[in-house]
Amino acid sequence: MDLIAELEAEQIASLGKNVPDFKAGDTIRVGYKVTEGTRTRVQNYEGVCISRKNGSGIAGTFTVRKISFGEGVERVFPLYSTNIEAITVIRRGRVRRAKLYYLRSRRGKSARIAEDTNYKPLSGAKA
Amino acid sequence: MLRSGVIAKKVGMTRLFMEDGKQVPVTVLQLDGLQVVAQRTAEKDGYSAVQLGVGTAKPKRVTKAMRGHFAVAKVAPKRKLAEFRVDPENLINVGEEITADHYFEGQFVDVCGTSIGKGFAGGMKRHNFRGLEATHGVSISHRSHGSTGQCQDPGKVFKGKKMAGHMGAARVTTQNLQVVRTDSDRGLIMVKGAVPGSKGGWVTVKDAVKKPFPDNAILPAALKSAAEEAARAAEEAAAQAAAEAEAAEKAAAEEAAAAEEAALKEAEADIQAEKKDSDE
Repeated sequence: MDLIAELEAEQIASLGKNVPDFKAGDTIRVGYKVTEGTRTRVQNYEGVCISRKNGSGIAGTFTVRKISFGEGVERVFPLYSTNIEAITVIRRGRVRRAKLYYLRSRRGKSARIAEDTNYKPLSGAKA
Repeated sequence: MLRSGVIAKKVGMTRLFMEDGKQVPVTVLQLDGLQVVAQRTAEKDGYSAVQLGVGTAKPKRVTKAMRGHFAVAKVAPKRKLAEFRVDPENLINVGEEITADHYFEGQFVDVCGTSIGKGFAGGMKRHNFRGLEATHGVSISHRSHGSTGQCQDPGKVFKGKKMAGHMGAARVTTQNLQVVRTDSDRGLIMVKGAVPGSKGGWVTVKDAVKKPFPDNAILPAALKSAAEEAARAAEEAAAQAAAEAEAAEKAAAEEAAAAEEAALKEAEADIQAEKKDSDE
């Protein structure tokens, strides 16, 4: 293992994050820490994960899309951000693409994603 | 307060997640057996500096002259040598090894390296020219530069005119980079942001010239011998403390044993006395 990979693995271990197994198409809830003045609270952001980028290493990110007051909103979260309290998978979706950017041009019925009823967890996955 | 810099190898870039949720892009620099190979003194050379060497070179592939130079210093052949001007009082003895503790977290440094070569580059890439238009009669020369001067007067292109040419593979200094973390066990220095050169390239790190000299910088340098000395002193102190504790424990045990013995004797005497009483 080269030095950079070693340092990244060390950092992931020291951060002690439990990143669940999820992929594009899954509906997830992200607990994100928000600081208001001196107080910090956890804000939940729930939506469909439409892409995962840069693998599952320290550089990994994922995009969550939701419709908020009739307007499409997308947020990109770093997988190992210290601001993320928890990531929970609400629903497993069955999709045939790794990036669901086509959802941006769809609304309502056509933007639905079928549920993956017989989802098999990854072998050796944490959750 | 001019003190020595260090020569480091650029390992690559990564990111660090901070407690407050911020991510910091860092370049990892590694010190690999950084030793003082020679000294330059005012009497002998007219200036004072230290020559540092880093890495390991195969002795077979080092020229005989350089082998002799390393033999004089009694250090293993080094891959890369560089000189750093220092104040005469900050000269370091030949053979001393510098550790990554030389810089502390939050300090600003200047990093100098050889940039990645780009070959013969056009004006757009080399000097951020805007090129010519896509239409309006422009043919073939969409990425070319425009005019390079006037007409018959002056009748020449001025020296230093920005044009296409060789780009990169030049000595570049990036100033005021912040040290985010150091790791003296593995000899790592992490600086915020990018550093010139490719991975595996050699760079020199110095205290930032455009910032005031930090008060808590280690003078003349963070040396391995000093660290070992400190570790040994700490160990000795710990050993002494342990010995003292042991001695105290021993004394306490002896006292307890003596008390127990005394109690035993007393009890025996009591029993004897009782026996005497019953006999009578």
